[in-house]
Amino acid sequence: MLRIENLRASIDEKLILRGVNLELPPGEVHAIMGPNGSGKSTLAHVLAGSGAYEVTGGVHYNDIDLLALSPEARAAAGVFLAFQHPMEIPGVGNLYFLRTALNSIRKLRGLDELGAVDFLAQAKEKMKLVEMDPSFMSRSVNEGFSGGEKKRNEILQMAILEPTLAILDETDSGLDIDALRVVANGVNARRGPDRAMLVITHHQRLLDYVVPDRVHVMVDGQIVTSGDGDLARDLEEHGYIGQGPLEADRPAPVGVVS
Amino acid sequence: MTVVPSEVRELAGQEYQYGFSTDLDTDVVPRGLSEDVITMISAKKNEPDWLLQWRLQAFRHWLTMEEPGWQNVDYGTLDYQDIIYYAAPKPKASVASLDEVDPEVREMFDKLGISLAEQERLSGVAVDAIVDSVSVATTASKRLAQVGVIFCSFSDAVQNHPDLVRTYLGSVVPYKDNFFATLNSAVFTDGSFCYIPKGVHCPMELSTYFRINTADTGQFERTLIVAEDQATVSYLEGCTAPMRDNHQLHAAVVELVAMEGAEIKYSTVQNWYPGDAEGKGGVYNFVTKRGKCAGANSKISWTQVETGSSITWKYPGVVLQGDNSVGEFYSVALSANHQQADTGTKMIHIGKNTRSTIVSKAISAGHGQNTYRGLVKVLRSAEGARNHTRCDSLLIGSECGAHTFPYIETKNSTAQVEHEASTSKVSEDQLFYCRQRGIAEEDATAMIVNGFCREVFKELPMEFAVEAQRLLDVSLEGSVG
Repeated sequence: MLRIENLRASIDEKLILRGVNLELPPGEVHAIMGPNGSGKSTLAHVLAGSGAYEVTGGVHYNDIDLLALSPEARAAAGVFLAFQHPMEIPGVGNLYFLRTALNSIRKLRGLDELGAVDFLAQAKEKMKLVEMDPSFMSRSVNEGFSGGEKKRNEILQMAILEPTLAILDETDSGLDIDALRVVANGVNARRGPDRAMLVITHHQRLLDYVVPDRVHVMVDGQIVTSGDGDLARDLEEHGYIGQGPLEADRPAPVGVVS
Repeated sequence: MTVVPSEVRELAGQEYQYGFSTDLDTDVVPRGLSEDVITMISAKKNEPDWLLQWRLQAFRHWLTMEEPGWQNVDYGTLDYQDIIYYAAPKPKASVASLDEVDPEVREMFDKLGISLAEQERLSGVAVDAIVDSVSVATTASKRLAQVGVIFCSFSDAVQNHPDLVRTYLGSVVPYKDNFFATLNSAVFTDGSFCYIPKGVHCPMELSTYFRINTADTGQFERTLIVAEDQATVSYLEGCTAPMRDNHQLHAAVVELVAMEGAEIKYSTVQNWYPGDAEGKGGVYNFVTKRGKCAGANSKISWTQVETGSSITWKYPGVVLQGDNSVGEFYSVALSANHQQADTGTKMIHIGKNTRSTIVSKAISAGHGQNTYRGLVKVLRSAEGARNHTRCDSLLIGSECGAHTFPYIETKNSTAQVEHEASTSKVSEDQLFYCRQRGIAEEDATAMIVNGFCREVFKELPMEFAVEAQRLLDVSLEGSVG
């Protein structure tokens, strides 16, 4: 479903992704773990079409050259990014925003727009899934939401937009255990044979709920190790040290025993 | 990678859709300004002598005045002798019903999307349509007359209700008030007049639609609204002008008087021609608007959406004279391309426990410059006065500017005055967030801007809120790359 080949991305002439290779087959959930600053979020943003980076390499999504598409065209093609820091849009109602998003995507796909009544029925159903109070719908997009509410709102958006490729950028960070469970339920509900997910996380904790098919470890802008779920537990115990093949290229950090 | 960084680029210069001009047979006076021209205008309008004398007094005073230079807008020099001060579509005789309105004039308003006949029949809005200097049609007057509401052109009011006009003309904006108001007092040609008698709630929205058609004309209209004790009225004003290469001057005066317990709500959607993408042409909108809460417990509320004009320079204010009276000012001002806006309000607290609220939303795009300038003045007599001001600015792109000049003067220690201000940008992150959800960049920008203005739009009557939102979308088209 998703094939990433030698993907490089830089911002302000600083190279962040140094040749990422990854294969994500349909029906699978892959986790990407790695230390802060290793390029995980950059990978997520580049896949979603952020204009902030200079990008080379190849990203094939089904048979589409993903890098050639605008962010909105990628969304219409079924790519969804749950943001680590969802943006606030003052004065724009959450429900209105969601309906505009869904109808924009439907329009790009050549489908009829969904009327307000039909949409509301659908949204209410999905809100139950993420245990979200209906009052959130009339509030401005993410404005005054707590960290956990913002993350839940991302999952609600995912549930409504029904992507085939969902990228979750640290959706679990800052969540208490109840919120984590809600988020995980929302994510698991999206698993299916024709869909794939890329879950970026710092913590093994999420992977207890969302069990990945593969775990990749990213260090310094490259995938350095891949394995099954045990790899994540291993990392939780021992940290990322020793995972990178790049150590030969650079002096070991001072004070670190490997 | 083919997705280029979506830098916000210079405005592409949205086509102005009201830019046509209509070839009307028009009666004009010679260019320039003199006592003769004023006397001629007054004679054409068959005015009583006291009004001619008032005009001449204003003119003589105007000759002693200097054009102000403190504003944060830049417009070179105006040649007041090169303006046509009176232009009227012929025949100018006042019409008894819409059927008598010149078909070409009706067609012009149809083209503007304002069908005078339909307005009268369907929408429950009474319209006074003003072309250049003269009111060409007032709808629904008869229905309004049944409840005692007078809604007619200013000229008709001078003929039919001279005592009312004489009592209130200049009572809020005296002829010596300021350079442009004084000029208006000397040469004003038409406008709307509304009078709501005691205890009457005006049964429909009143609306004036202004149109500058003839080249090189100035439009100097004068609007006077009087609401007697416990009366209420909601009044709307809309404006357009043809696209012309040179600038047109619009120097109007609006006076509102609210007696005890009365409420006046005055809404403006201003869409004068803003000039082209290089800043050539466009209307200079230099307007004096002021309301007086003369009676206790009265309320005056200004709501304005200013998307047009090459320069907007105005401060709709309220003099809060009656005890417990309330003044409100809600404003959205957009400056795109090379548009400039210096706008805000004046709230003068005189009575006890008077309250005022100011909410200003300024949007700058392209090379637009937007200034909020507001005065909150609390006099010694205004025991317990309160004001709350919020000024928010939104920037789109890197070459526009937003400026805020709040003036606060209080002479009473019990007064509470609050001022909040913020400046934000439509950020790349916000746009990316929306686009990732499938919303195209222009739609996302329009959505963010409309969200920013929501607080003000919700103050507008429904039909106008929709119009204002659409206008904003159109004005911003092409403002992002």
